[in-house]
Amino acid sequence: MERPLTQNIKSDGSTTLLPDYLKTGGYQGLRKAIREYTPAEIQQWVKDSGLRGRGGAGFPTGMKWSFVPMNMPQTKYLVVNGDEMEPGTFKDRWLMEGDPHQLIEGAVIAAYAIQAGTAYVFLRGEYHLAAERMRAAIAEAYENHYLGENILGSDFSLELHLHSSAGRYICGEETALLNSLEGKRATPRSKPPFPQVAGLWGKPTIVNNVETLCNIPHIIHHGVEWYRCLGLTDAGTKIYGVSGRVRRPGAWELPLGTTAREIIAEQAGGMKEGYRLRGFLPGGASTDFLLPEHLDVPMDYASVGKAGSRLGTGTMIILDDKTCPVRMVLNLERFFAQESCGWCTPCRDGLPWVAKLLEDLVKGRGRQEDLAILERMCSFLGPGNTFCALAPGAMEPLQSALKHFRADFENYLPEPIHG
Amino acid sequence: MKRSISFSQAEIDEIREMAAHYPDKSAASIETLKLVQKYHRWVSDEALVAAADLLDMSPAELDGVATFYNLIYRRPVGRQVVHCCNSVSCWMLGAEETLETISAKLGIGLGETTADGEYTLLPIVCLGACDKAPVLMINDQTYFNVDRDRLNELLESREEI
Ligand SMILES: Cc1cc2nc3c(=O)[nH]c(=O)nc-3n(C[C@H](O)[C@H](O)[C@H](O)COP(=O)(O)O)c2cc1C
Ligand code: SF4
Ligand code: FES
Repeated sequence: MERPLTQNIKSDGSTTLLPDYLKTGGYQGLRKAIREYTPAEIQQWVKDSGLRGRGGAGFPTGMKWSFVPMNMPQTKYLVVNGDEMEPGTFKDRWLMEGDPHQLIEGAVIAAYAIQAGTAYVFLRGEYHLAAERMRAAIAEAYENHYLGENILGSDFSLELHLHSSAGRYICGEETALLNSLEGKRATPRSKPPFPQVAGLWGKPTIVNNVETLCNIPHIIHHGVEWYRCLGLTDAGTKIYGVSGRVRRPGAWELPLGTTAREIIAEQAGGMKEGYRLRGFLPGGASTDFLLPEHLDVPMDYASVGKAGSRLGTGTMIILDDKTCPVRMVLNLERFFAQESCGWCTPCRDGLPWVAKLLEDLVKGRGRQEDLAILERMCSFLGPGNTFCALAPGAMEPLQSALKHFRADFENYLPEPIHG
Repeated sequence: MKRSISFSQAEIDEIREMAAHYPDKSAASIETLKLVQKYHRWVSDEALVAAADLLDMSPAELDGVATFYNLIYRRPVGRQVVHCCNSVSCWMLGAEETLETISAKLGIGLGETTADGEYTLLPIVCLGACDKAPVLMINDQTYFNVDRDRLNELLESREEI
């Protein structure tokens, strides 16, 4: 089985320096892109590859790039989203620490495809080791003409800067990220205009996730056909991860469309002794719960959607039979309430209320009508009612828990007093 | 706001170098505040005014930025800031116990600093190492699988605790 994204990553946690990166075909994709193909051709390659965003929303990458106006000369930006703060998600850190040049190469090719002259890696502030390794790799790349003026002797030039952030989950939302990069409070912007047209400092900007960009060098180096065949259902490989009470929690690069069963039972070694699987969030905190009956669902964009959830970040959180789903959801909603940026009322006021209702419930102070209120909140804070996707994302684990684990919620209600 | 302090030439150079990465100086606001913390641990009113001046921002505008981000400290913190992950995977695998243990050991609760100014204890969201839960971060260093036993080991090895 081919594992292009993680082929260089060692199990001892060390990083990949330039000489080792070059040994496995490193910077060949860039060489090929820049010397043999036009930006439009590269965009077409990525479109044809079927690559979809790995940051959570799954938007087709080539299509996103094609929205950048290419016909007039103007400043454009490429931004790498390395904010990775979705609870339960631990893939981008692994990629950046383990093989930083792969991300740099992907970013340079992406910048070439949209003809951006400046790129930023927006890295969450807590990722100190990733920052150190990215900085060292960026310096190596400049020294060897993979970055800077006239890359590999071509007339394409790119400056790439590492921007280390300072916390807050909302920074990962792409328009909030742009505000943060401009040195402001990270509140999202209204769309349209989309960043592809008016982004950083009002200029056309592409924001892509770390894992998304790590795919690019391989698509160009090995070709679209090869890339499409890596996946079982959708194109390419995916970094899947499992956390919770399994025998071997971790992350693995597997063909896109690998079943949840293969990931949980084989890769993660199944449940820990004495625990049974009750459900799982397939792609981070803001996805709907799936159940053991969904174990044979291929973890691809459409199949997970059909099962009632989202692939999200592809890193699963396991709910075991000894963890209370209501308390688990309370933990998640406290997170979302805390991380709400406060810009729009339903989210700013709604999420703390949701957290408070759940808190009262587990403390035995719930009222019969509270479950109905929680259900109403799921649609009140659902898609279309808030300024960004944080609040709808927050409702996904709640609405699915209310559906699948209803009795657990009801068990917390005090007995009605009969007079 | 109180009178401003002045930065050393080295600090000013570092801030200028960072600001050069952006078409607009104020974009370096967050990195500047982090730099202030590197040298002064936290951002006092005086430091805020001085930083705002360097960035051509008003102190109020910069304070608006500073107070948004949880890794910018607008109050004094200890020499070692202990951040305990309280997100879902760590919570499931005993983060509350880890926090209780560390809190008892240091004699402080969340948001507090030890009397000798050595430790501050703060919560933090998912640190992106959920497969190694529970996780905590002390200054720039992240520690994995910190259950009660590992914590005791850790506290002894960082013997200052
Ligand atoms: C609240 C919120 C947080 C997000 N956090 C991240 C993040 O940390 N990393 C990321 O790549 N995308 C994150 N996203 C998705 C981004 O908005 C954006 O869709 C993504 O970076 C696009 O990259 P992709 O197309 O390569 O996936 C977040 C979205 C929301 C609504
Ligand atoms: S939904 Fe929440 S996070 Fe998004 S803009 Fe509104 S308040 Fe901010
Ligand atoms: S939940 Fe603690 S590191 Fe992810």
